[in-house]
Amino acid sequence: MTIRTRDASEIDTVEQAAATPELPQPYTELGLAPDEYQRIRTILGRRPTGCELAMYAVMWSEHCSYKSSKIHLRQFADKAPPSDALLVGMGENAGVVDIGQGWAVTFKIESHNHPSFVEPYQGAATGVGGIVRDILSMGARPVAVLDPLRFGPLDAPDTGRVLPGVVAGIGGYGNCLGLPTIGGEVVFDPSYAGNPLVNALCVGVLRRDAIKLAKASGPGNQVILYGAKTGRDGIGGVSVLASATFDSAGSGNGAGTGAGNSSAAKKPSVQVGDPFTEKTLVECSLELFERNLVAGIQDLGGAGLACATSELASAGTGGMQVWLDRVHLREPSMAPHEVLTSESQERMCAIVAPADVPGFLAVCEKWDVHATVIGEVTGVTPAEAEAGGRLVISWHGEVVVDVPPRTVAHEGPVYARPFGPPADQDALVADTPSPGRLARPAGGGELRRTLLRLAGSANLCAKTWVTAQYDRYVQGNTVLAQPADAGVIRVDESTGLGVAVSTDGSGRYTRLDPYAGAQLALAEAYRNVAATGARPLAVTNCLNFGSPEDPAVMWQFAEAVRGLADGCLALGIPVTGGNVSFYNQTGEVAILPTPIVGVLGVIDDVVRRTPTEIRGAGDVLLLLGTTRDEFGGSAWADAVHGHLGGRPPAVDLAAERMLAELLVAGSGEGLLSAAHDLSEGGLAQALVESCLAGSVGARVALPGDLDPFVALFAESAARAVVAVPPTAEPRFLELCRARGFPVTRLGVVDGDALDVQGHFSIPLAELRSVHEAPLPARFD
Amino acid sequence: MIRIGVVTFPGSLDDRDAARAVRLAGGEPVRLWHRDTDLAGVEAIILPGGFSYGDYLRTGAIARFSPVMDSVISAAGRGVPVLGICNGFQILCESQLLPGALTRNNHLHFICRDQRLRIESDRTAWTAGYQPGAEIVIPVKNGEGRYVADPDTLARLDGDGLVVARYLGGNPNGSVADIAGITNPAGNVVGLMPHPEHAVEALTGPGTGGLGFFTSVLRRPVRA
Repeated sequence: MTIRTRDASEIDTVEQAAATPELPQPYTELGLAPDEYQRIRTILGRRPTGCELAMYAVMWSEHCSYKSSKIHLRQFADKAPPSDALLVGMGENAGVVDIGQGWAVTFKIESHNHPSFVEPYQGAATGVGGIVRDILSMGARPVAVLDPLRFGPLDAPDTGRVLPGVVAGIGGYGNCLGLPTIGGEVVFDPSYAGNPLVNALCVGVLRRDAIKLAKASGPGNQVILYGAKTGRDGIGGVSVLASATFDSAGSGNGAGTGAGNSSAAKKPSVQVGDPFTEKTLVECSLELFERNLVAGIQDLGGAGLACATSELASAGTGGMQVWLDRVHLREPSMAPHEVLTSESQERMCAIVAPADVPGFLAVCEKWDVHATVIGEVTGVTPAEAEAGGRLVISWHGEVVVDVPPRTVAHEGPVYARPFGPPADQDALVADTPSPGRLARPAGGGELRRTLLRLAGSANLCAKTWVTAQYDRYVQGNTVLAQPADAGVIRVDESTGLGVAVSTDGSGRYTRLDPYAGAQLALAEAYRNVAATGARPLAVTNCLNFGSPEDPAVMWQFAEAVRGLADGCLALGIPVTGGNVSFYNQTGEVAILPTPIVGVLGVIDDVVRRTPTEIRGAGDVLLLLGTTRDEFGGSAWADAVHGHLGGRPPAVDLAAERMLAELLVAGSGEGLLSAAHDLSEGGLAQALVESCLAGSVGARVALPGDLDPFVALFAESAARAVVAVPPTAEPRFLELCRARGFPVTRLGVVDGDALDVQGHFSIPLAELRSVHEAPLPARFD
Repeated sequence: MIRIGVVTFPGSLDDRDAARAVRLAGGEPVRLWHRDTDLAGVEAIILPGGFSYGDYLRTGAIARFSPVMDSVISAAGRGVPVLGICNGFQILCESQLLPGALTRNNHLHFICRDQRLRIESDRTAWTAGYQPGAEIVIPVKNGEGRYVADPDTLARLDGDGLVVARYLGGNPNGSVADIAGITNPAGNVVGLMPHPEHAVEALTGPGTGGLGFFTSVLRRPVRA
């Protein structure tokens, strides 16, 4: 996808563009539709220069412009519940939430799916790097990372290439950056075989009065590019990689690219990460913020300088002059359009008052970070402001870009794409996992075998092989980390104030019912946060879907967004930001629709956090919530029958809210010694995980009014299992009764086996070997 | 209050944690910068974990040539206690304050887990507060933590009681003779691969088994 490279004497200037209106331009190769190209010509009143064309192409890509998703995403704002906590909402680099005591937290999740398939290590590494800079650019110190991952089947040959590379990349970057990884998920499904999902969530902490924003205000202020040098890596990543699909055959021409669509052909579009440079960039930036030397700041991610300059200018006074030839290059032969769209990592762009420039450069020098003044904020006339401002970029004295930045950054095309349910949707929903359709285990022996089969299945087995490659301890504030329900980070050492974060998402539930599936993802993350004792406050999301040009995919997307927006309103927690990742498919086949939802909660004193593992022998185990015969999209249907059909578990957000209140109140009053949410694999899997984590057994009696199979494996939502010391039991039961919330006494923590009385007993050692075997057996 | 220096190299990661551990142990942490040659009169020095200068060449190989290390090496020669943790241990080996080297883990992966250790020697500035044979659990987290040395060096480490700690319950990286940490003959310089600074509070670590390293040194300061 190279534009014809010319030598410097042939640079396409604004003057030439005006003089040669009919020069054919390679807009299709750059991913622009004919009407989009025409619109650029209308905006400019002439043909765009090569640089302008490159700039519009990357900024109007699906990845940067949200052109297919925008009209749906509005619901997150329109239906946002009233919240005192929200300091910065959607539209900035990341949302910011007030957590009290003068502290604020910013968090956001992003995808790096396609790069991670093409080049797993660097794709995943730079995914972490990108989200960390988003958080940094809000003025916050990044304090934790979570990584929701989706791969093809565990035994698929390519999973042996992709998973170890992705995990090593996340570890290699995050560990070297000094960021604890405290959560995430690892899920396997055939639909991700040719399109894995690598999402990364980063949490940052700042004082609430120290928020930084991405805008270039104050004519005369200087534009400083600092960090790594700019090279040819990642050129066009957002348009070539993120906004097009992979062919199933791995070759040929796909939508939007002319240079072949195989993953190998796209390798040059993947960026290369340098975590050491990012670490010094983080520390340097934090010192710049501390010294109050920054008036506005933006990270350089997708679309590089094209994005940073146009967004900063558009959000500010509207005017900016950039001397592009001043950019510090790794490869001196780079053409201006390459400099503009390079996605070289570890770079930031700051707006600095002239008087602060020497101080700014001195801090950069201290950290050995390269910094260059590349431009200046300029004033605009009222007419220019009306047209969207004026961004002028020159290259060795010649003007190569002269555009209204708002038309580049914030007024891209918006599409109302057609949508409708997939042709097989009704048949899928009708294919319920009824006893007549899927044989159910009966009797102690079969139930025992089923429990072990699930505990040792790819999706429910221990993920230690993955998580042991991540540093969970660095920074010394990790109070809970995987496999805990949510990661918990201490924010203030003196008061114990902290935050809990969880990410969840079920592609299987969402395939069956995208509206409910998105709400179930939200509910699970919400429940997980509450299980630690934290009060849920805010939501971020990463919406991973197939091609928006497929009406069936667009329907899944529209329904999921509607479900999520309605769910957030019902739970009273606003969406603060997020990311949409389309074109996740192989040939014509889309991935399972996978909205990943991250929920952040606050806990006043992390000493009170409730752990997942049960420890105290003699503690009473209680089941909270109502269990129904719900197996649509369940782990059992998948692992035992390879079945996906019917409806997902019913959503009851009022019950979720009440359950969360109970878990938070129980933690606050110090009544709970452990809590674990029930989700995939139901009660059986929750007990397996709680027992193994605490290395202690449990003796439980299943509720008499339920079929034992349903009691053990149903995936009804709004449930949790808690351990309470006998002395605290009466008080906790009183809390449940006062709310009319269903609670069932299951049994006690005791011994060295999981003993389901009257049915079966499994020694912990056997359970552990089955649960922990699959990943080492596959990857070691 | 006894002042203990914590050096920050570009790419140091556990420097704030080491400073916190010093504070919790009852000392006063003093932050030292890699470009400084002045040790600010501290009475002991910690080289923290991380990836100094990115560790792209060889772990610790660049840090060894930073200005602060000239001062650290000369202070170590005067008997000032120096503790190198993880990357700090690697730097001490590169500086030849300790023998041997730390190489890529035998399984080739980064590993982070809670690790049981046996304290083999209380005759160092950093372990004087432990009983010999004491077992502690502290996090290990490294990609290049496999200690290696030639047979003569190993025989000398063993014979002279210079092994400070050994891994128990499974060697996390293939270190020869399960070695997790060593000291110099004077006992003032200690290198340790696992992270005692991450086990100083029950809330954020696997326990408080690491605190002894920081309380030990407060008993026996020598002015730099």
